[in-house]
Amino acid sequence: MQFGIFTVGDVTPDPTTGREPTENERIKAILTIAQKAEEVGLDVFALGEHHNKPFVPSSPTTMLGYIAAKTSTLQLSTSTTLITTNDPVKIAEDFSMLQHVSDGRTDLMLGRGNTGPVYPWFGQDIRQGIPLAIEHYQLLHRLFREENVDWSGKFRTPLQGFTSTPRPLDDVPPFVWHGSIRSPEIAEQAAFYGDGFFANNIFWPKEHYMRLIGYYRARFEQFGHGSADQAIVGLGGQAFMRKNSQDAKNEFRPYFDNAPVYGHGPSMEDFTAQTPLTVGSPQEVIDRYAAMKDNFGHYQRQLFLMDHAGLPLKTVLEQLDLLGEEVVPVLRREMAEGRPAHVPDAPTHASLVAARDASVAAGVAPTSAPVAPVTAASAAARVPAAAGSSFGPAAQRAAGQGVVR
Amino acid sequence: MTARTIAVISAGLSKPSSTRMLADRLGESVADQLRLDGDDVEVKVVELRDLAQDITNNLLTGFPSAALADAVETVRASDGLVAVTPIFSASYSGLFKSFFDVIEPDALRSLPVLLAATGGTARHSLAIDFAMRPLFSYLHATVASTGVFAATDDWGASDDGVATLPDRIAKAATEFAGLIRVSTRSKDIIDPWALPPL
Repeated sequence: MQFGIFTVGDVTPDPTTGREPTENERIKAILTIAQKAEEVGLDVFALGEHHNKPFVPSSPTTMLGYIAAKTSTLQLSTSTTLITTNDPVKIAEDFSMLQHVSDGRTDLMLGRGNTGPVYPWFGQDIRQGIPLAIEHYQLLHRLFREENVDWSGKFRTPLQGFTSTPRPLDDVPPFVWHGSIRSPEIAEQAAFYGDGFFANNIFWPKEHYMRLIGYYRARFEQFGHGSADQAIVGLGGQAFMRKNSQDAKNEFRPYFDNAPVYGHGPSMEDFTAQTPLTVGSPQEVIDRYAAMKDNFGHYQRQLFLMDHAGLPLKTVLEQLDLLGEEVVPVLRREMAEGRPAHVPDAPTHASLVAARDASVAAGVAPTSAPVAPVTAASAAARVPAAAGSSFGPAAQRAAGQGVVR
Repeated sequence: MTARTIAVISAGLSKPSSTRMLADRLGESVADQLRLDGDDVEVKVVELRDLAQDITNNLLTGFPSAALADAVETVRASDGLVAVTPIFSASYSGLFKSFFDVIEPDALRSLPVLLAATGGTARHSLAIDFAMRPLFSYLHATVASTGVFAATDDWGASDDGVATLPDRIAKAATEFAGLIRVSTRSKDIIDPWALPPL
């Protein structure tokens, strides 16, 4: 099982001092935090992508390329790469390049992005978010696996005889996770391709994510990629720790109360009860996250959000010390307990190359298209009819509750 | 015999409130109408006052508390909705609107809805038609043409002597029960988490 951190890369004033870091300070802080992750024994660093203030990471592979050079074991990932507003051709090229630069320590997590204006800024329409995610990934999947691609679709200029360069390292594409806060269509897409599914987990109660992950696992099995408990699941998480539980609560409260996402809303106590945010001692964090497998099944990747809400770099680095030295070593043991041998680890470049070589040796076509012929059809069939609110909170979601035909 | 559930939303702020009184009268009147057919009717009342903080939190965090999720599910899974709000500043209350803002845009599609409102004087009564009705048209609900407005005076004596509040409640409930009887919506609710066949 992999443990790591993910960041959205927000520039938020420290609510206890009012001081806001400059973009340069924040960018350098993110690079420092990533290197610290490897130093304290974490496995993964995942970086968000944003094209609007107050966020800085507009160019994730530039930052991840630097981190690749400064680290040696850290797996580099994203949280998330925008499959809707990026050109899939550029995603294929950027991440194949990062694979070469990082000697294969690259995977990526795709997401739709929920900032309305980013879509028109990049020539797209947010109302087409799910069809875009489906069509763009269909193309990306081919570009990673095929040379001389002929392709045409609804959202991008056609390609005739196009080969994205460089080709993926060892001709094995980086592993792809599909990230979702709440859309069944994305769980469907991940299951269809046999890719990983990462549930954000930090913004909704666990019952919602149990349903989402349960759906992905069942469909993964139906599509013939393995048994439901072999599906590749990742979860987000969030923690703030001090040796003494009450010290953690006192120190984190002003950051919680003013946080960009949930600040000025529910109390910290309510929010920690409803979501995986855990504020307390390292042991409380261990207990909370060791129990995740009871709700979601044995899974492959746990990422923590540690550097947000204006927490100063010094504090974040202290948190990473606690996470890497006190929490994760215990979690590794606890997560290994009762884990069936047939449950795989998260795919790495080495494991994917080995799997490819094994299938070539067995005479199976190596990286062919997935099991069913029309890649978009099964997921597209589940897109609810475009209707209802164009504005307001409800409009920012796809169907999560029952819908009427 | 058909089992039916009527959801009643009351956005009154005081306890007790005349909005809740009107909501209860309408809910029971509709239930009585349907029971005449031999239907098994359950009326589920949701007091938005009890959910006011949860509704605000949902607007900020994007997810409902367990209690709010239950209330939303009560509305979504109902066979008919009675929506009652006090009229504030020429429209429904902010709390009333915020509740419908956090419900999925498609959740009320084709749902039979009976509109009702309360206010200090009958001069606010058209707010049902110029404020509430467009909201539910936007949500693609099936809105009964008759709404019920109860001014403070309506709770005393015989109103204008022609159509008393109980008369108007009965008239609206009869029409609304007719919409529920012919509605096929409840059969069309689909579960997006149901596993499709391969």
